[in-house]
Amino acid sequence: MTEQTSTSTASLRAGADPDEAYLVVDDLTVTFPTEDGPLTAVSDLSYSVELGKTLGIVGESGSGKSVSSMAVLGLHDTKSAKISGSIRIGGTEVVGLSEARMRKLRGNQVAMIFQDALAALHPFYKIGGQLAEAYLVHHPNASKRDARRKAVEMLDRVGIPQPDRRVDDFPHQFSGGMRQRAMIAMGLINDPSLLIADEPTTALDVTVQAQILDLLQDLQREFNSAVIIITHDLGVIAEMADDVLVMYAGRCVEYGPGKEILTHPEMPYTWGLLSSVPDVTADTNARLIPIPGNPPSLLSPPSGCQFHPRCLHRDKVPGDLCRTELPALLPGSRGAGHVKRCHLANPDEVYRAEVLPEIAPELVEEN
Amino acid sequence: MSDLNLDKFEDRPATAEVSETPTDRREQISFADLAAKGHKPATLDVNAKPVLSVDNLKMYFPVKSSGLLRRTVGYVQAVDGISFQVPSGGSLGLVGESGCGKSTTGRLITRLYTPTAGTMKFGDIQEDIAHMSPRKLKPLRRNVQMIFQDPYTSLNPRHTVGAIVGAPLSVHNVVPKNKILPRVQELLEVVGLNPEHYNRYPNEFSGGQRQRIGIARALTLNPKLLVADEPVSALDVSIQAQVINLLQDLQREFDIAFLFIAHDLAVVRHFCPEVAVMYLGKIVEIADRETIYGRAHHPYTQALLSAVPDVKQAAIGGRRERIRLEGDVPSPINPPSGCRFRTRCSLAQEICAKVEPPLLQIGPRHKVACHFAGELGHHPQTPVTKELLGVDDQGSPVPGSTPTPVELGPTWSDRWFDVKSKTMVSA
Amino acid sequence: MFAYVVKRLLAGVVVLAVVSAAIFILFWYGPQSPARPICDRETNNRCSPVRLERYERSLGYQNPVYEEYGKFVKGVFVGRTITIYPTDYKCPAPCLGYSYRTKVPVWDEMKVRLPATLSVAFGGAALYLLFGVPIGVAAARRRGSLSDKALVSSFLVLSSVPYYLFALLTWLYLTLIFEIPLFSQTGYFKITDNPAKWFAGMLLAWVALGIYGCTQYTRYSRGAMVEALSEDYIRTAKAKGLPPRTVVYKHALRAALVPIVTIFGIDVGTLLAGTIFTERIFEIQGIGFWSLEAVVARDLPVVAATALFGATMLIAANIIVDVVYSILDPRVRLS
Repeated sequence: MTEQTSTSTASLRAGADPDEAYLVVDDLTVTFPTEDGPLTAVSDLSYSVELGKTLGIVGESGSGKSVSSMAVLGLHDTKSAKISGSIRIGGTEVVGLSEARMRKLRGNQVAMIFQDALAALHPFYKIGGQLAEAYLVHHPNASKRDARRKAVEMLDRVGIPQPDRRVDDFPHQFSGGMRQRAMIAMGLINDPSLLIADEPTTALDVTVQAQILDLLQDLQREFNSAVIIITHDLGVIAEMADDVLVMYAGRCVEYGPGKEILTHPEMPYTWGLLSSVPDVTADTNARLIPIPGNPPSLLSPPSGCQFHPRCLHRDKVPGDLCRTELPALLPGSRGAGHVKRCHLANPDEVYRAEVLPEIAPELVEEN
Repeated sequence: MSDLNLDKFEDRPATAEVSETPTDRREQISFADLAAKGHKPATLDVNAKPVLSVDNLKMYFPVKSSGLLRRTVGYVQAVDGISFQVPSGGSLGLVGESGCGKSTTGRLITRLYTPTAGTMKFGDIQEDIAHMSPRKLKPLRRNVQMIFQDPYTSLNPRHTVGAIVGAPLSVHNVVPKNKILPRVQELLEVVGLNPEHYNRYPNEFSGGQRQRIGIARALTLNPKLLVADEPVSALDVSIQAQVINLLQDLQREFDIAFLFIAHDLAVVRHFCPEVAVMYLGKIVEIADRETIYGRAHHPYTQALLSAVPDVKQAAIGGRRERIRLEGDVPSPINPPSGCRFRTRCSLAQEICAKVEPPLLQIGPRHKVACHFAGELGHHPQTPVTKELLGVDDQGSPVPGSTPTPVELGPTWSDRWFDVKSKTMVSA
Repeated sequence: MFAYVVKRLLAGVVVLAVVSAAIFILFWYGPQSPARPICDRETNNRCSPVRLERYERSLGYQNPVYEEYGKFVKGVFVGRTITIYPTDYKCPAPCLGYSYRTKVPVWDEMKVRLPATLSVAFGGAALYLLFGVPIGVAAARRRGSLSDKALVSSFLVLSSVPYYLFALLTWLYLTLIFEIPLFSQTGYFKITDNPAKWFAGMLLAWVALGIYGCTQYTRYSRGAMVEALSEDYIRTAKAKGLPPRTVVYKHALRAALVPIVTIFGIDVGTLLAGTIFTERIFEIQGIGFWSLEAVVARDLPVVAATALFGATMLIAANIIVDVVYSILDPRVRLS
């Protein structure tokens, strides 16, 4: 069993007993067979989320962030996807769990909400019906009237006006923000202990996004659920996440408390993310420095450190280490709570000296 | 300029799952070098002549009844009288949320729609293209091009890249047939793609590369104005920066003006020295970058800016304090009377329902449409516009008063109305 | 919803009027005089111009076409008198003309044959769905597997055989060679007289139609299901913890039905318009075969009437499909 491996990140986080956290992912690897050969979408991923806390997963296309969350819910086709490692939800091992038992968890203890609510809700069925269905599948003894009442209650809870009337509307009759709220209502209708939100606000206007994020925070406080937010928006991560997991090419490249990761990042990819995203309140002298190159091919990933072809700091590492050896996930300079996968010996100095002055000159004095 | 995209150096085919270049074939760029090439936000040139001058532009879409006889029962007032200028070689950002009319404005500028009213004057000679016939319009289309949002659906999957980029050349008969290919290859190189790939199909390229193809196509005829409708929102974060920098390089090299339409306030801030904020078909505030982002005077702009999540918040922890807007965006078929924002505005008073606030110039490069315009936390208690408009505090006309004629066009004047002193001042 | 149905009906009526006028004009301005067949028949192929003119005048073919069309339309509603020289025939409503062959109102003959056609059509159509959709759904769920590939290819082979050949072979083997008692007597027997005999008589025709036609439906159903199963809302349904049957039948199939219904409606319309091969091979006295006989015998009123009947069936089928759409897809009815 993987819990005993000393390299597992969960045990590296000093003081965090892996069995306390509601969700513990340990050395998760997901491989898909494709026409061009096996594709490893996620490799050796480990993280944990406690009740009442939020984990933000950051990554771009091909980083494996959505694949790993779908694996938590067991949504991959077991006949094709090969999943190894361990995923424990509330103590129950989910990898290899029978489909019937998995279904009892889905939508019940663990819920997932998706990006585009218009596509993610069935266009032919009323919103109330879809919510009631989510309730009834896990409460088979409830009556239809109970389910409908619960649906109205949830719609009200997520802030939809006139819920008793709107419960009979169809998804296309709702505005974008309302639809996303309805989807959140559907996800939370069974009081899940873990909520996974996959890009919940990406398609929404900024004011609506703020409202939805408020709602998620309120609901988390009320239900004390563990929340995972998957996004590419670092601002959302900064405001919502207690812990941050940065993924690249299917692996974790940096993981730790959000405050540390976003103020003292120690991995060039994270630096790249911070430097390539313009900031509304930034100094107008801050430059926009993109990450060169393109996201890697997962079919034939780069050797050694998978970020090395795009890394601008390879020359600071002696020899050919970046190209030949995959760095292990090791604690950073801010303590064991913060791990990173990089060969640089002193990333904090590099960050302070080189990167920060370019991307956020006004913060240099503070450091 | 295109060092940031390394496709040029690849010998292997670019596939949708773009493979990385073997390290030993590529030059190592150091961070310092790249940072030096990195792009600062563009600056505003106040003396530039406008390449596009839009005055009181309107676009109303008829709404037909659903009965047996399809009568027009109303109009969607998508764009309701907007005026702005885009300086030659400069950029104007157009921001707003869904339904504000910014995308419709972009399509109006490129004459994909014919406006219901208003003028759009283009070029050195400032010809009005608003109601020009298609035949007269055709040669002018070369000067205004559009970059679309979704790189996956805006390129015809059955055409090769060379055909896509070369199509404008053959449509407008700009160069003889044998010169088309060299020009296409030149353009592919300019946007950072491998010129040898002109025979490939779009699905062999990644999202960022496809967007570059779209940009190359837009550049083919050396346009003077590019309308970029959400050019980077469908791209990965790390690619967004590459494309933004590319657009800045192109702007500098080819002296192209941009109308940059986006909902991402941070991106717009970086790219555009001047920004216009739209709400429900109207421009509510238009100003240079420092003013809009630092000293916005319109409550909607302030709410919008406060809602943008901030990375720096991580140091402080928790959520940012924001201005919460109540309610939903009203329907553009039946917009609120007077000021359209009043149904969600915490400052709204009676005058807001009675009198629509004009887009008033209140600084050398700052216009606002609000009766209570002021910096955040310092909004006036009584309407500042009342003397100008000849009304009292509640918005009812004062008998015997002569309202000052307010300059409502797209130009910037040397005299403006100072909201603190409530008088007209000069530069 | 009501307004939607009314609009569709009105549109249907307009189309029917246009089609009936077109059919009428087609026969009027055909290669020979429309009175020629009756003249030949009455005079034993010794039709002289003088005689032809007499028939033409009596049948009204020397009047303007719009006037006669008006009389025809009026006759459909209130009946009229048709004169085939030298006799007047009373043609009660709905009057679709008088058969040149039998001198009996076309409508009377059609009435007799209608139940047979309806039986074939509805039975066959039911089997299209009953066989086609479940097989298509099963194939979609097992997409890419060996059973899916086997199914698709065997159905492809089957649909490459021309229908009449398939029907003939079915009859040949099942009735003649293997002499299966159930299939021994094919044909239409009045359902009111003996339902069991009716069923046995129709069965072979249904089997032939059903098996042949369902190949299309498996293909459509499979395609529509594959597409529906790849939609985002299916992923949501699974994430809710719904059992696979609910996901497939309640969520995916409901969406997949829309394209299937379109084709089904048109097929039913076509079946009702008359299946000539099926009726001939299995000796069913339906409208399809009757129209073929009429063409051969140059019985123009019957040909025109069956053409009009076919058009009406197709228009009705389209209207029903539209209404079913709006029941299936709320976005249609509420837009």
